[in-house]
Amino acid sequence: MQNIIELKNVAKHFSDHQVLFNINLEVKNGEFLTLLGPSGCGKTTVLRLLSGFETPSNGTIIIDGKDVAGLPPHLRHVNTVFQSYALFPHMDVFENVAFGLRCKHLSQDEIEQRVAEALRMVKLEAYGHRKPQQLSGGQQQRVAIARAVVNKPLVLLLDEPLSSLDYRLRKTMQIELKQLQNQLGITFIFVTHDQEEALSMSDRVVVMHDGTMEQIGTPREVYEEPCNLSVAKFIGEANIFDTKILAADNKTLQVEIENKLFILKNRKKFTVDQTVHVLVRPEDLQVWSPQEVTDTQDMFAATVEQVIYKGCTVDLMLRLLSGKQLLATQFFNEDDEKLDYSTGENVWVNWIPGWEVILPHDA
Amino acid sequence: MMPDNTFKRSSIVAIWVWLTLFALLPNLLVLMTSLMQQGDNELVRLQLTLNNYWELFDATYFKIFWHSIDIAAVCTLVCLVIGYPFAYFLARTESRYKAILLFLVIIPFWTSSLIRSYAIVAILKTHGILNSVLLDLGLITQPLHLLYSGVAVIVGLVYSLLPFMILPLYANIEKLDIRLIDAARDLGANRMRVFIRIILPLTLPGIIAGSMLVFLPAMSMFFIPDLLGGAKTMLVGNLIQNQFMSARNWPIGSAVSIILTALMGLMLVIYWRISKNRKEQQGLL
Repeated sequence: MQNIIELKNVAKHFSDHQVLFNINLEVKNGEFLTLLGPSGCGKTTVLRLLSGFETPSNGTIIIDGKDVAGLPPHLRHVNTVFQSYALFPHMDVFENVAFGLRCKHLSQDEIEQRVAEALRMVKLEAYGHRKPQQLSGGQQQRVAIARAVVNKPLVLLLDEPLSSLDYRLRKTMQIELKQLQNQLGITFIFVTHDQEEALSMSDRVVVMHDGTMEQIGTPREVYEEPCNLSVAKFIGEANIFDTKILAADNKTLQVEIENKLFILKNRKKFTVDQTVHVLVRPEDLQVWSPQEVTDTQDMFAATVEQVIYKGCTVDLMLRLLSGKQLLATQFFNEDDEKLDYSTGENVWVNWIPGWEVILPHDA
Repeated sequence: MMPDNTFKRSSIVAIWVWLTLFALLPNLLVLMTSLMQQGDNELVRLQLTLNNYWELFDATYFKIFWHSIDIAAVCTLVCLVIGYPFAYFLARTESRYKAILLFLVIIPFWTSSLIRSYAIVAILKTHGILNSVLLDLGLITQPLHLLYSGVAVIVGLVYSLLPFMILPLYANIEKLDIRLIDAARDLGANRMRVFIRIILPLTLPGIIAGSMLVFLPAMSMFFIPDLLGGAKTMLVGNLIQNQFMSARNWPIGSAVSIILTALMGLMLVIYWRISKNRKEQQGLL
């Protein structure tokens, strides 16, 4: 697959404030790429650089093999679905969707046919004569999508398009957007601060933080093998143990966690005396009541502080003897149907060996 | 709750009393006068008649009305052409001088427009400031006859009424969602198209409001045509003033006033209907 978009050493600053540092990114044709990060991390600026509303202070942006420096937004073959939808309030749904086609001076017949097709795609064929204000949030969202895709852009940019919808509608739209992307085969660049959304929809996720790209990878890679602590903390919940490596060879390393010695796999060539963070996801923690276990050699004693029932799972806030707090997520399954925990209860905690992630300490 | 309610009621009552005493009653008096006859010894004879209105169906009066509408329309157009870009810039600028610029628009209200019109006389007259500067610069050899012309009247009206165009436009343009402009550009619209298809329709309420605030006073500001147009330019405002002050025909003057008021009322109704329709169309009502 060829690259539809390439960013080479792109940087951006507004007056004296640097918002993007040295961004290098290649997006393949037909890919669903998500820029994920907290607000202010520069993800929206990347979109605005691609759509032409901002110009990079440094570096090159290539769209479809051409350097787009100096090309204004209306001449770029990309379209945006804006966060606030930005539908034109004085035009009905049909005219909103037709706007881009009218700019291209297409014939009335072709415009009507393509708008009808786009509205059918977003299931709004009966709403052509409504004004945007007469539509619900979800319907407005669909119009915004139809208005962009009707132009058959090379790349569709989506700036937190689902953030103002309620939870259930957001879930539905996530699935619909993904289907739409498969159907159209257009490259989607999707911006969100919702990590769940990013993981469930994307082919690849770019995790951004303070104007830099921390990690690029498949959803599975960024979740299971975060490259540093800020990625690990941003994507999903994590229990983090700070420790030092006592001994290490090519295959294993030895660390002390909560006064217990652990021998773990040395996947990243750590050396003795290095400060590291051992990261365990809440769902990888196992919680046992005292009568269930006999060998507590590799387990931590803990007290249940809080039980949060979430329907399909139960989240437990645990306090270790050292005072450290852990979060453990327990699933209901055939082994453990009851999951009956009460606050103040004493339990044993461990994790499935090998499921931990060891990260170096960032200076 | 109680003191709040009392305050609300007393202020509403105060406004009612004020408007009744100083707006409704005078207008009723004018309406009544317009239905009376001119007296020989007294100002009006208490005898009902529609004669005053019949007399207005006359080519001379039609000409004055038409001329007034013509001048007011030109003045409105000039105000719009000057005011729109200025208001747009003012609403959109992120300059720290924005507040000062807005302040400059309001400052002329601090001086009586009569005095400001005299200032224009001082600038435009044959040996005035403008001609002296142009002569000194050698751009002209003979002083230009600027004063006492239609152009001078337009200049005076535009100068006096421009803030009434700028302020509603500014209020409207500032509310305009800039993201809609981004969206239009993103969809392939060039600057011209963005302006015609997006900015202009969305700022139309401001354009209409500003135009009315300029057009209506432009028809009735009698001292500007008097001072700057000489005796040559007769507008509705001058007609009313003449009937009251020189001709001492209060009933005719009142009838002209009533027609002017009715004309303005009609325009307000049209504006109200248009804006109501627009809101209904947009589902806001």
